[in-house]
Amino acid sequence: MSKINQGHGGLKNLQFAFLPALVKRKEEAMIEKNPNGEVWVFAEQEDGKLQDVVIELCGKARDLADRLQTKVGAVLPGHNVENAAKELIMWGVDNVYLIDDAKLARFTSTPYAHVMTEMIKRHRPQIVLYGATPLGRDLAPRIASATRSGMTADCTDLQIDDVPDAKTKEVYKDLLLQIRPAFGGNIIATIVNPFWWPQMATVREGVIPKREPDISRRGEIVREMIPIDDAMMLVEIIERHVQPRRVNLKGARIIVAGGAGVGSRDNFTKIFDLAGALGGAVGASRAAVDGGFVSHDYQVGQTGTTVRPALYIACGISGAVQHRAGMQESAKIIAINSDPDAPIFSVAHYGIVGDLNQVIPMMIKAFKRRD
Amino acid sequence: MTIKSIVLVKQVPDTSNITGEAMKEDGTINRAALPTIFNPEDAHALEAALDLKDRYGGTVTVMTMGLPKAADVLRDCLYRGADRGILLTDRRAAASDTLATSYILAQAVKTAGEFDFVFCGRQAIDGDTAQVGPQCAEKLGLPQVTYMEKIEEVVDGFAVIKRNIGNGWERVRVKLPTLVTVVETANTPRPWSVKNVVRNKHKRVPLEVGEGELAPGDRIEQWSLDDVSADLNRCGLAGSPTKVHRIQSIVLKKEGFTEILATQEGINGLIHELVRDRTLG
Repeated sequence: MSKINQGHGGLKNLQFAFLPALVKRKEEAMIEKNPNGEVWVFAEQEDGKLQDVVIELCGKARDLADRLQTKVGAVLPGHNVENAAKELIMWGVDNVYLIDDAKLARFTSTPYAHVMTEMIKRHRPQIVLYGATPLGRDLAPRIASATRSGMTADCTDLQIDDVPDAKTKEVYKDLLLQIRPAFGGNIIATIVNPFWWPQMATVREGVIPKREPDISRRGEIVREMIPIDDAMMLVEIIERHVQPRRVNLKGARIIVAGGAGVGSRDNFTKIFDLAGALGGAVGASRAAVDGGFVSHDYQVGQTGTTVRPALYIACGISGAVQHRAGMQESAKIIAINSDPDAPIFSVAHYGIVGDLNQVIPMMIKAFKRRD
Repeated sequence: MTIKSIVLVKQVPDTSNITGEAMKEDGTINRAALPTIFNPEDAHALEAALDLKDRYGGTVTVMTMGLPKAADVLRDCLYRGADRGILLTDRRAAASDTLATSYILAQAVKTAGEFDFVFCGRQAIDGDTAQVGPQCAEKLGLPQVTYMEKIEEVVDGFAVIKRNIGNGWERVRVKLPTLVTVVETANTPRPWSVKNVVRNKHKRVPLEVGEGELAPGDRIEQWSLDDVSADLNRCGLAGSPTKVHRIQSIVLKKEGFTEILATQEGINGLIHELVRDRTLG
């Protein structure tokens, strides 16, 4: 439908011209296409605790696998992580492939990529999904390179559909549609990998609704051995500091977020006050984080957290596209801004043109006096 | 000990300053309305390499793939202190996705000679994929250290690097050579120096001026896919597994818009409505 001519990376010409790739695909494909292959999730864990996004992905993989009439597999590299293996089954996995090795106790890129690559060669899944976490975005492209397969970063949705090549009219059945924002969130691109499988993607945290766990589900834990050569242990972790996440934006039903318009770190207490009164979490735009009002943990938007609460109140946020991309799926959006032309009003359901310093106390007062 | 670094940089459209004119009615990008810039995180990658050169001595080579006008970012790097610039430009590389791009860049790195470090920005603002760095590392058979905050020391063929892991940080010891991706909190890119600008301002790639008019001292290297011994089946559209199936401009979803007056009465009404529909408890 359109033409985006970008030299390299990211998006490219949209002529649906799959054919040039077809010419050499026999020589180039490393892994034979397997339409009966499983749908896999890379089970990222830390000290045996699964990442939230892994749980989200298990539910999505279940949907995709049901549609494709195949099984869900989860690959779990680590050391002493049997409990996580059992948990995965409850989230919808049929086969958990457990690779237990002391060399995998902490994530480093080369051995983890090696294990995943060997597992993919061994089982030929048709789809492999990763969380778009810092770890997933480090690991997944390395595996894509080693397996010479297509890889789409930061997807916000995944679907299965038949895709015709616009030129040849040849229809590729049951491809994974990998849907992601691009160009700073200004467009939504749907990417497919017609030839070189597995079809791989990283998926953003918080964009797929979490399912209810099913403790009665049956699944299998399959132990696999993948030798890891000492020569692969090129990165040694000397020291590690992890702060538990203090801010839980993803789970919040109500979010009150502040932007540059809040003006100062001190004045940001107004945002906390409103959130406290309404029983919500605090969020922030990039401008507020860059201004030092709150830490990056609070950031909503393309480089922060993607949220979809029942109510999002944007206070003094102009609404750059990168911010809107991270919150516009919220069920209800209230925007408070003194600038009537602020782009945030374009996604808001309720707009209040005014000074947040006056509007916020009025909201607290109104809420306290409700019925 | 001296350190040889190669820095991979990219010229990108400035997606952070997209205005209404940048999107056409049919949802496609109006590239003419987008200025090009030096990808922000790549400037931090360059600074990391220049900092190592300051501390240990050595050389910094910058490399970019793109149209001839991408030589702008190479000059920018030379003005900040890079020693050598290489432009990879070839029509057959057009429409490369990240896998094909990383293949071509890895071939170019191999061609450029020995090195201790390859630096890249974490990601480019036009695609935000962060894939090319790790994919290059794999193709070069190198260990990768992503999200570098600081190189603390380089000693005896190893580097000690502090890296950001999202919810904290790690200090790692990596065997050289290695590929490192750099985040914007790592450092502050140095400005151009007058000396470097004077020395490099006439430098051009041949395609910018036409071969005949370029004095030997003013030449920035320009490589084709043949110069880096690239297998054409792995470049451009033929070497790209990902295909764009569809592009849509973002359609803002909402059902109606209600303006609420910034008065206590107006806000009482809003809160009442939200309580009634159980949005607020």
